Amino acid sequence: MKVTQSKINELLTEPGCEHNNQKNGEKKNKACKQQAQPGAAQGGCSFDGAMIALVPITDAAHLVHGPIACSGNSWGSRGSLSSGPMLYKKGFTTDLTENDVIFGGEKKLYKAIQHVQKNYNPEAIFVYSTCVTALIGEDIDAVCKAAQKKVGVPVIPVNAPGFIGSKNLGNRLAGETLLEYVIGTGEPEYTTPYDINLIGEYNIAGEMWNVIPVLEKLGIRVLSKITGDARYKEVSYAHRAKLNVMICSKALINMARKMEENYGIPYIEESFYGVDDMNRFLRTVAAKLGDKDLQERTEKLIAEETAKLDEKLAPYRARLKGKKVVLYTGGVKSWSIISAAKDLGMEVVATSTKKSTEEDKAKIKNLLGQDGIMMPKGNPQELIRVIGETKADMLIAGGRNQYTALKARIPFLDINQERHHAYAGYDGMVNMARELDEALYSPVWQQIRQPAPWEQLTVNS
Amino acid sequence: MAIIATQNKPVIVNPLKQSQPLGATLAFLGLKGMIPLLHGSQGCTAFAKVILVRHFREVIPLSTTAMTEVSTILGGEDNVEQAILTLVEKVNPEIIGLCTTGLTETRGDDMDKILRDFRKNHPHLNDLPILLVSSPDFKGALQDGYAAAVESMVTQLPEKGEIKPNQVNILVSSAFTPGDLQEIKDIVSAFGLVPILIPDLSASLDGHLDDSWSPITGGGTTLAQLRKVGSSSFTIAIGESMRGAAEILDKRFAIPYELFSEITGLDAVDNFLQALSDVSGVSVPEKYRRQRRQLQDAMLDTHFFFGRKRVSLALEPDLLWSTVTFLQSMGAEIHAAVTTTRSPLLEKLHLEKVIIGDFEDFENVVEGSDLLIGNSHTATISKKLNIPLYRQGIPIYDRLGIGQYTKIGYRGTMQILFDIGNIFLEQEENSAKHGH
Repeated sequence: MKVTQSKINELLTEPGCEHNNQKNGEKKNKACKQQAQPGAAQGGCSFDGAMIALVPITDAAHLVHGPIACSGNSWGSRGSLSSGPMLYKKGFTTDLTENDVIFGGEKKLYKAIQHVQKNYNPEAIFVYSTCVTALIGEDIDAVCKAAQKKVGVPVIPVNAPGFIGSKNLGNRLAGETLLEYVIGTGEPEYTTPYDINLIGEYNIAGEMWNVIPVLEKLGIRVLSKITGDARYKEVSYAHRAKLNVMICSKALINMARKMEENYGIPYIEESFYGVDDMNRFLRTVAAKLGDKDLQERTEKLIAEETAKLDEKLAPYRARLKGKKVVLYTGGVKSWSIISAAKDLGMEVVATSTKKSTEEDKAKIKNLLGQDGIMMPKGNPQELIRVIGETKADMLIAGGRNQYTALKARIPFLDINQERHHAYAGYDGMVNMARELDEALYSPVWQQIRQPAPWEQLTVNS
Repeated sequence: MAIIATQNKPVIVNPLKQSQPLGATLAFLGLKGMIPLLHGSQGCTAFAKVILVRHFREVIPLSTTAMTEVSTILGGEDNVEQAILTLVEKVNPEIIGLCTTGLTETRGDDMDKILRDFRKNHPHLNDLPILLVSSPDFKGALQDGYAAAVESMVTQLPEKGEIKPNQVNILVSSAFTPGDLQEIKDIVSAFGLVPILIPDLSASLDGHLDDSWSPITGGGTTLAQLRKVGSSSFTIAIGESMRGAAEILDKRFAIPYELFSEITGLDAVDNFLQALSDVSGVSVPEKYRRQRRQLQDAMLDTHFFFGRKRVSLALEPDLLWSTVTFLQSMGAEIHAAVTTTRSPLLEKLHLEKVIIGDFEDFENVVEGSDLLIGNSHTATISKKLNIPLYRQGIPIYDRLGIGQYTKIGYRGTMQILFDIGNIFLEQEENSAKHGH
């Protein structure tokens, strides 16, 4: 797949995305077209985004065609877990040298693909272009095509060099790559009327394993996981599912919409965080699969799970009730976590709306109530100011803000990619409650907030 | 004496090597009031930041010129200008460290001209030093980028001044932790010398709680200190990769230098302290004489466990040299050594062979070792082959306390002796239990 400007424009004006559905033309598409600001940009690049979306395919090799930084500074650091193959954890790179930059690296890439196939026997090889290889005009599509003939497994070019845009755009390009090269190339052994795909769930900290068993109890089969804990083959037959469920992510909406167009698979957008969201997810899936019996069983399961959960959460609810939280995260999480916090009796006093769609914002407003602060922009200084102003008890945010909070002596819970605890599903809710409780009630807070005795003396004297 | 084997293969599998801009960033973080700025796409910065945050468990000030496809084609001058102006407005740094990347080096941005034009257009910022370093990703490794940044520090900032007899420059390579640097400062100060560490990570990334939050480094070598470097009476360079910077100071200010490739192990620390005593005219303080006796005792207690143990290492050249020399001084044998980049030290190692390679190469040669030494990525191999691991290098994200860890001086040597000795001891007890 070539990345042309028209391809990028098409992805940035994705009609399935609410950003683009606003009638007021002025605001149309603003968030996606926004370019990274020199000196202020904080996020990852498109290459990073493409890798986040594809690396969780566990039995594929992920080969980075570029200089050492792209792979050397990032490999092995992603938190998506596997129930089987570990090949995806390996960092393969052509490690372009100065010579390669001058004379071209296509031959090296061709040989690299063969080396990887011979020594690691992957189900497929994803080849990622990077800024440098894109700049010197390496034709990775042609190399992949030629190499695929030679090695006999799919060799798939992923054209999402870092400099074309944000992590989000990289996610979308990864989705396009799967649509073009993978989905529709395989067939499942059998299908059932209860086959669904999960799109945009990467099994961080094993979250998927809190959800799939619940679905299995209802006889719902996850046909393809896109892409958390996936095998290459299951992605290849994703087009046989009856329903696509997009999880907490606008990033792969292009994929869901195109699968609806091409294969007639309807899609829904759901979240696994919090009791209400989890219940709604199950209800919607059951309704969409359109089976009275399934719906009844679903209600029964929800009643059981909710009762069990209430019992488990009761001690935490008592301790978490009324605690004030500032939430700093992107997109769908900006409201789904509010609802999870509310389930626990906590009060979200402020939240970021930087990456939220208008629809997200409406939901947030509804959930936050009148006094809630919405932060359209954010940086660490602003975050600390808001926490101070609202007298919040803790910050829930992505790992990059962990030390911002801790350095300001504020309890913190990690909610993003690098977290080590699974918060999705019913079991995840208990995990989250436990982690929140530990963070808030740790005996360290009092100790680290009190001044040294000699400092106290000077204040008093 | 060692043969340097470069692996002739088209692909790196599980890189040991990291990029030069990451190394340059690390060095810059040892200056006070600093924010490093990577001239590349935003991902270059994001990746470097994540790796350093996870390693040090600290806030890492680091920014990007956010190059896009279009700005790459047109040239990066506008992005560099805008980035610097934004940083001045938003975080008000005392100094900026500007590093190139693979992207902008491939494109061939004329950085000197870009900075000249910036100075011309913004004379009100003339007092803001901008240290420039060329650090393409497609050449060298972390250690090289770090050394290049240190060279840019000593090239651009020190001024000529009247020699201060007690003032010494201490150049320290990427092989050393903030804890190591603190120990170096303490030792040098104990001789009545006034050390200027270049750079000084012990004041920025040592892991300490400040009263207020800062978007730039809260500690490190100050600008005033850097300017005074030219009036030091002596330079001590620690780690072979610091030789270039030491020579620059020698050339510019006629400051003599002595280079120590390692300051771990009895002999090495003895030499270091003797040199400090010679430079200062102060005899070795009682405190260190006592520590020396403690180390001697520790060596006797631990040598049973080190003798003939076979150790494999995957480390950058400076750290590899220092660790290998120390292990050999305790009677351990080196089973295999893999490193990232060229260095004059490599062929001097008392080994048959040292491989410039990756973790695939490492995994292929470590079978039969009693211990592995490497960064956190080594853990997978350690688990798979059931060989214990002692973590050294960058990144280490599965252990706490990296900022405080010390392996140099008599005390640090004792630390590493006990750490590794305990691993061997446990190993022997376990194998005894299993009836060997």
